[in-house]
Amino acid sequence: MARPTRRSPLTGLGTLFGVTLVGLLVLPFLALAISTPIGDLSEGAAHPLFVPALLLSLRTTLMSLIVIVVLGTPLAWWLASSHSRAARVTEVLVDLPIVIPPAVVGVALLQTFGRQGLLGPVLGAAGISVPFTESAVVLAQVVVSAPFFIQAAANAFRKVEPDMLIVARTLGAAPPMAFLRVAVPIALPGLLVGASLAWARALGEFGATLLFAGNMPGRTQTMPLAIFSALESDVRLAVVFSLVLAAVGVVLLLAVRFAPALRQTVGRSA
Amino acid sequence: MARWQADVQTRLGSFELDVSLEGDAQPLAVAGPNGSGKTTLLRAIAGAVPVARAHVTIGKTVLESTEPGIHVPIERRRVGYVPQGYGLFPHLTVLENVEFGLSTGSDRSPAETRRTRALGMLTELDCQPLANRRVDRLSGGEQQRVALARALVLEPDLLLLDEPLAALDATRRRAVRHFLAERLRTFGRPSIIVTHDVRDVVALNANIVVLDEGRVVQQGSLASLQQAPANDFIAEFVGAG
Repeated sequence: MARPTRRSPLTGLGTLFGVTLVGLLVLPFLALAISTPIGDLSEGAAHPLFVPALLLSLRTTLMSLIVIVVLGTPLAWWLASSHSRAARVTEVLVDLPIVIPPAVVGVALLQTFGRQGLLGPVLGAAGISVPFTESAVVLAQVVVSAPFFIQAAANAFRKVEPDMLIVARTLGAAPPMAFLRVAVPIALPGLLVGASLAWARALGEFGATLLFAGNMPGRTQTMPLAIFSALESDVRLAVVFSLVLAAVGVVLLLAVRFAPALRQTVGRSA
Repeated sequence: MARWQADVQTRLGSFELDVSLEGDAQPLAVAGPNGSGKTTLLRAIAGAVPVARAHVTIGKTVLESTEPGIHVPIERRRVGYVPQGYGLFPHLTVLENVEFGLSTGSDRSPAETRRTRALGMLTELDCQPLANRRVDRLSGGEQQRVALARALVLEPDLLLLDEPLAALDATRRRAVRHFLAERLRTFGRPSIIVTHDVRDVVALNANIVVLDEGRVVQQGSLASLQQAPANDFIAEFVGAG
């Protein structure tokens, strides 16, 4: 059946606005890509800041992603299935880190886990020091990126019909089994999108990490912080680092966009 | 012959359900206007909604009794439930849907046995050729059969069907109605069917209970309701007058 065409009342002007915005979104990345000679890439990769920063970024973002998925999945399920006022209030609280600038999150984390912070005395008595460590990097990433996963996961869980879980229970599945074998697989595409968004946000995290974990090469210097440091000494190096990070982002975006379609195609041909 | 009893009182928001029903292996059709509590009644019997007061038994087994504080969880009630829209699991094939219930309990059977039993049930319901299909590629009638196969393969003590024919077009509905009637006769155990169509009652040779605003307004055989319908809805439903 032919789809009716949708004509915008602002066809000419609207197109111009749209093209301008898309250009603004894409042009910087194009400039980044064409400004880097191939030779600079290998030179950048050989720089002593590069490998430790990349490995630290991958290690800490993987850790934060595990924390977010393990702690966030039950929370998202509760947010999706509860009609209580507590759930609605929690939903707003979970969104807080999205609207608060990362630098503020960094200061807030220092005020919580720092030596003089809210939990400082307790942590100090236990011999634990969080700020300016790899754990601080992970904590900062968890706080700024968890809302992206929780929101996407809650929306995905809302699409699971309650009747399906009742049926699963009548078929002998206890609640945890019904959740794992019915709710999670049905919500899986949304969960994957949420996890990818959270990972991308964690990978790009800068402000909160800088304030709460510092910028120590090999210890707390993630890729965005390495770009910041490189920019002070060698712009070409910063460009190369940026290009690598952008490439990871593009791969992630393609995976998020095309994985569900690919999954359907594979399922159809099976 | 297994008798069953369901006295249920529950409150969901401003809606209150308070009904007492009983029956045997003869199917019971539940009718009533939208929002009269038909689906809530089925869910309460299945154990899926919290109840304020209840006494639910099948044969000698007590599934729910608020007096001595008995609550058998849904997964141990041996109650089959086919909701409106059938509730098939979209991420599983037809065969995997039917096998699901054979792989959940503590006494789960080996994979090969599960497969054989599931295929046997699909064959019995004339849908063996659909075994490897995705459920979203099935017609409404096929989905209904698969959902029925998935519930029946566990040989439940009570079968709950929520408007099993509502999603079908008129021509399919007639064929599926007779198929369902025959299956329930073979099943030979108690079943409760929510319906909006008196032809279902005739085909299933069911007794009728009519709900309104969470209360039973009339119950009995089709003939008795036709003879003295308690209100206009019932008169319209049974085609009296």
